[in-house]
Amino acid sequence: MFGSERQRGILYQVLLLAIVVGVGWYLVSNTLHNLSSRQIQVGFGFLGKEAGFEIAEKHIAYEASDSYGRAFLVGMVNTLLVAALGIVVATVLGTLLGVARLSSNWLIARLASAYVEVMRNVPLLLQLFVWYGLFTELLPGVREAIDVGGWLFISQRGFRFAWPAPHAAWAACGWALLAGVALAAAWARLASRHQAATGVRRPTGLPTLALVVGLPVLAWAAYGAPTAVEVPVLEGFDFQGGRVVSPEFMALLIGLSTYTAAFIAEVVRAGILAVPRGQGEAAMALGLTPGQRLRLITLPQALRVIIPPMTSQYLNLTKNSSLAVAIGYPDLVAVANTTMNQTGQAIEAIAILMAVYLTISLLISLLMNAYNNRVRLVER
Amino acid sequence: MARLQPAAVTAAPPPAGGSRPPPGGSGPVAWMRANLFSSFWNSVATVVTLALLAWIVPKVLGWMILDASWGAGGVAQCDAVRGQGACWTVVREKFRFMLFGVYPFEQQWRPAVAVAVLCALLVVSALRRFWNRWLVLIWIVGTSTTFWLMAGGLGLPPVRSEQWGGLPVTLILAIFGIAFAFPLGILLALGRRSQLPIVRAFSVIYIEVVRGVPLITVLFMASVMFALFVPEGMRIDQLLRAQIAIILFVAAYLAEAVRGGLQAVPKGQYEAAEALGLSYWQATGLIVMPQALKISIPAIVNSFISLFKDTSLVVIIAIYDFAYAVKKSVETDFAWKKYFIEAFLFSILVYWIFCFAMSKYSQWLERELARGDRH
Repeated sequence: MFGSERQRGILYQVLLLAIVVGVGWYLVSNTLHNLSSRQIQVGFGFLGKEAGFEIAEKHIAYEASDSYGRAFLVGMVNTLLVAALGIVVATVLGTLLGVARLSSNWLIARLASAYVEVMRNVPLLLQLFVWYGLFTELLPGVREAIDVGGWLFISQRGFRFAWPAPHAAWAACGWALLAGVALAAAWARLASRHQAATGVRRPTGLPTLALVVGLPVLAWAAYGAPTAVEVPVLEGFDFQGGRVVSPEFMALLIGLSTYTAAFIAEVVRAGILAVPRGQGEAAMALGLTPGQRLRLITLPQALRVIIPPMTSQYLNLTKNSSLAVAIGYPDLVAVANTTMNQTGQAIEAIAILMAVYLTISLLISLLMNAYNNRVRLVER
Repeated sequence: MARLQPAAVTAAPPPAGGSRPPPGGSGPVAWMRANLFSSFWNSVATVVTLALLAWIVPKVLGWMILDASWGAGGVAQCDAVRGQGACWTVVREKFRFMLFGVYPFEQQWRPAVAVAVLCALLVVSALRRFWNRWLVLIWIVGTSTTFWLMAGGLGLPPVRSEQWGGLPVTLILAIFGIAFAFPLGILLALGRRSQLPIVRAFSVIYIEVVRGVPLITVLFMASVMFALFVPEGMRIDQLLRAQIAIILFVAAYLAEAVRGGLQAVPKGQYEAAEALGLSYWQATGLIVMPQALKISIPAIVNSFISLFKDTSLVVIIAIYDFAYAVKKSVETDFAWKKYFIEAFLFSILVYWIFCFAMSKYSQWLERELARGDRH
């Protein structure tokens, strides 16, 4: 009866659909029944209710009397912060290690490869436990804090450092920095367009420096050049004043970046090895300096090979930041976990978690794909 | 026209003892000159690195070995060297608990044998001479023996899965995980390349969603939501739930590994199979899949290494795997609590030995398979 391939194809698809719908219906009906017998309301209404728990680290205003929705937002900012910083640190460290592995210096190449072999063959969770243990157990108590020049105090409570006292000038400084970066980028574009049209290269180094450093300094001076600095002072049981980086955050950031750097090192190494030797030799023959050779010949070609696997390392780092919950850094997963325990809204909390991570993954992929399209080989 | 001048005019008379070897030959000095001191900055880097090593290595060696406490003298022995040396006594003291968790003490030969069986299974799978139909049988026998040893029955006193713990649980989560995820991963990979739109859409959505979320969220789902999915009154134990979550998670990654292999099989192979009149399943089973699997073996081994490390995440939903047993062994004992770093270093060493061996194997295999292709 189902002789032709087409008919069989339709049969398979109908079967798959029936199984998916059937299993889905079975699970949903069980879940609804279980929820109603436990008297749990389905829906996201709980997000508006008062959370009632404190969050130790927050970068947007939050209090225990705020809503669960706000708590999720605080967790998400914490996740994004540690992931973004982790990506930057891991990229720098990983690139250095990848280049070091290819060094002609035997000792340095060996040390770099030993680092890679140790770090990537140990579960990240255990590395985080060790980092966290080092920061909380081995550092001195708050009263015996290590004092670095009166500006930085290192103790079990984290790294507390001096910070400029709040002043309107600092906000202006931030905006000026943004404007400087944008202007510098525009200038670089203009300069390269000019070079393409006329062959004359305009200077970009000094103007960039002037825009990125000069503008913020001008803004700072224009607002009265405040120099007041809040220095941490030990009062009672803890330091007051200045800013603090918690041991949880430090452990997570260092653990994530040192672990991912080992993988990035391999990606960078493979990328550099993929550039044919002749390219570097040809550049040398043309009289390019070593710096120009790296910047104009080797790197652009290596990047094409590097970017796709690098993207998946960035995604891994972001997903791995969810291990924060194991050492008590209040990231999105930790907030969701507390919310689940308090409200019993497990399905909704996990749905939010998954949706947020999927969105972040998608955004990183999109950004990296756009970048990849820019550096891609344009074939005739 | 200098080149055309007679040799005798330009060349110095040859030295009496025959010609000297060219500079930079062999021997340790030449090796060091080429690899450590080839240029000024290279020499600086070497000297600085050596100085750093000379400063750090003695300290590390002293802490880890020379000044460490190795004996069975209890906490007192460790307290005596606290600050100067590591306390390996904690490992000695808690060894059984770290390896086997809360498994009944007098029955712990069973998980020990199970670990041996599972390791043997890994070794056998790594040998190319077993890469045939028999491997499936070997896996069925190996995994069921493990299950029998751990759970009991058939002459052995039964042990509930809540009491399983330590290294066997880690190995079970990883090895059973890959074994059961494998067929699912193959189906998903085929589904993703299928011509049938619904099948393809389902596979793509499944693979991309699972790969886009962290394993923790899937484990949370298993630990919190699973109870809601099943009919009221039915209970599935925690370990099985985590195992199912791991299987569903790994299947998506395996699917991508296998898809890579499928894409690398030349189109002519598909067409030749079709021309011979083979059906889809015959062509896939006899022609395409064997070639695709061979290509994707290194990727599959790498997925297994990741999986082996990732099983440690079950710590977060309080399942007694090796990492959790190590954590608990020091956390629950106030006297030993301060020596947790040594305990974690021990567990790191164990994980590292497994993963390093597997990654070296994977690198060797990749070269070996590539060599086969060149012939």
